[in-house]
Amino acid sequence: MRTPVFTLILVLISAALYFAFRAIGNDYLFFAGYTVLQYIVMATAWNILGGYCGYVNFGSAGFFAIGVYSSVFLHTLAGSIDDVMPDVLIAPMHAIFPLPLPVMVVVGGVVAGLVGLGMGYLTLRLRGVFFAIATLALAVVLETIIVNWSFVGGSRGAYVIPPNDVPFFGPYIQFLFVLMLILVVLALTIARLIERSRLGVGFATIRDDELAAEASGVPTLRLKLIATVVSGALFGMAGAPFPYYIGYVEPGSAFNLSYAVNSIAMPMIGGTTFWAGPLIGALLLGTLQQVATVTISSAVNLLIVGLLLIGFVILAPKGIVGLWQKWMGKKVKS
Amino acid sequence: MSQIMSNATPETSAKTLLHIDQLGKRFGGFVALDGVSLDIPRGQRLGLIGPNGSGKSTLVNCICGALQNDTGDIIFDGERLNGMVAHQRTRRGLARSFQLPRPFMSMTVAENMRVPLLYTVNARPGSHLSHGELNDRCMELLSLVTLHEKASHMPTDLTQVEMRKLELARAMAAEPKLLIADEAMAGLSHSEVEDIVALLIRMNERGVTIIMIEHIMRAVMTFSQRLAVLVSGRKIADGKPEDVIQDKEVVGAYLGQ
Repeated sequence: MRTPVFTLILVLISAALYFAFRAIGNDYLFFAGYTVLQYIVMATAWNILGGYCGYVNFGSAGFFAIGVYSSVFLHTLAGSIDDVMPDVLIAPMHAIFPLPLPVMVVVGGVVAGLVGLGMGYLTLRLRGVFFAIATLALAVVLETIIVNWSFVGGSRGAYVIPPNDVPFFGPYIQFLFVLMLILVVLALTIARLIERSRLGVGFATIRDDELAAEASGVPTLRLKLIATVVSGALFGMAGAPFPYYIGYVEPGSAFNLSYAVNSIAMPMIGGTTFWAGPLIGALLLGTLQQVATVTISSAVNLLIVGLLLIGFVILAPKGIVGLWQKWMGKKVKS
Repeated sequence: MSQIMSNATPETSAKTLLHIDQLGKRFGGFVALDGVSLDIPRGQRLGLIGPNGSGKSTLVNCICGALQNDTGDIIFDGERLNGMVAHQRTRRGLARSFQLPRPFMSMTVAENMRVPLLYTVNARPGSHLSHGELNDRCMELLSLVTLHEKASHMPTDLTQVEMRKLELARAMAAEPKLLIADEAMAGLSHSEVEDIVALLIRMNERGVTIIMIEHIMRAVMTFSQRLAVLVSGRKIADGKPEDVIQDKEVVGAYLGQ
């Protein structure tokens, strides 16, 4: 299937989903759905570095939070132009701000992508567990910076009040939901493009054996930097609308460990070598968590993730996609 | 594959493909290479021998860019390689096989072959193989090493000797001018060794200059047109194989004075 056709199908499914939710007419669906969609983007973003290249990123929450706080920064800036800007800039700044949310998403993506590039340069000579620890440390460093940066709320947190209604969409949550749907389409299209291109082959050689990859002409460092940038940018984009979704952001929620855990667990459970893996994992785990939040308690969410992850690592290390491929393989043979 | 110079010897060939000048490499206080110089003409089959720890693998790693040399120069095909990373050297026509085979384990044999084609051959200016041409090239090279029937197998299905063949075929897929085979026969049986030697000679007949690093003397003597001996990071002998193995210093290094 060609990429434009694939993207078109995703767009059609997304549109159908939106209008179905709208027809049901319960805003809770949009609230819950937004979280699941956000996890699809995050799981796909993680998988580009972790699944394709084999570099396990434990600092996902950090990249997500970069997106979150770039929006908080822009939002706060829009509200305090008269106080912080020199006189000459006040008029032009008022003309630009407040930025529309899609622009903030792009900004969040660019900033997180740049941090990804920096992290790549600093840490990609590390491998395996050392790389994972370095990414974890990066998240801690970023959190410390945010906690001590009072302009974006510091440890107190910041209120980001979304507009009440938007044209066409009605409630703001519907607008956020559609925005996240677009990001899902973008993330899945990118993941599939990588898989089917020379880049995907190069990523797989890095996962398998970097020394042999270099000897075969693969520019491993450049490819790893591409992966950290793309992965970081998608995390940042997933995070950028978050303040408008949640209304109040503090470092503890933006840097929440559950983001890191979920964005690792979802691709692992779905399958890391195929674009649909993170999608399946995020749909399954994300929906399960939402259901558990309503029926039991949100506290069991991480327990569910943990138990499923243990189960899959032991019983199906290649995830649901791996199970399916194995089953299909058997069917073909018999 | 234009120039076929399978019988080239140092005397007959004027053109040097690889020029190594006073190469030095230390690991802390240990001197692994102590001013090694070596000129290899195009089309030659050079055997490189030396006791364990003599610096053979370090030399290969320095030539191929897995390590950077501390002192000296490496000139390949008229270009200084110092400071270049491994994949840049591969793209310039310098391929190697690893002592312990390192196939890409998540890919089939044919997919392994596609990697250097995609990243080396197609990365060179003015060269772009289509999907079909890539597959043809993969199969052609796999037939050369008699692995074509295993093209869709995973590397885990291969035997030791098949792994070595895949390793050599993958190196050849990069269309190298110089191939360095680092102990491609260690641990193989008598007939398997002959198989690999014949394979390397076939590759050489296609115009590829080959450096073979080996401990199995029978293979070295069959293969080499010229023999160089490395001991303690220094080259102690270099010349016709039959002369070199009778050299007093060489015999002394192997058997003790």
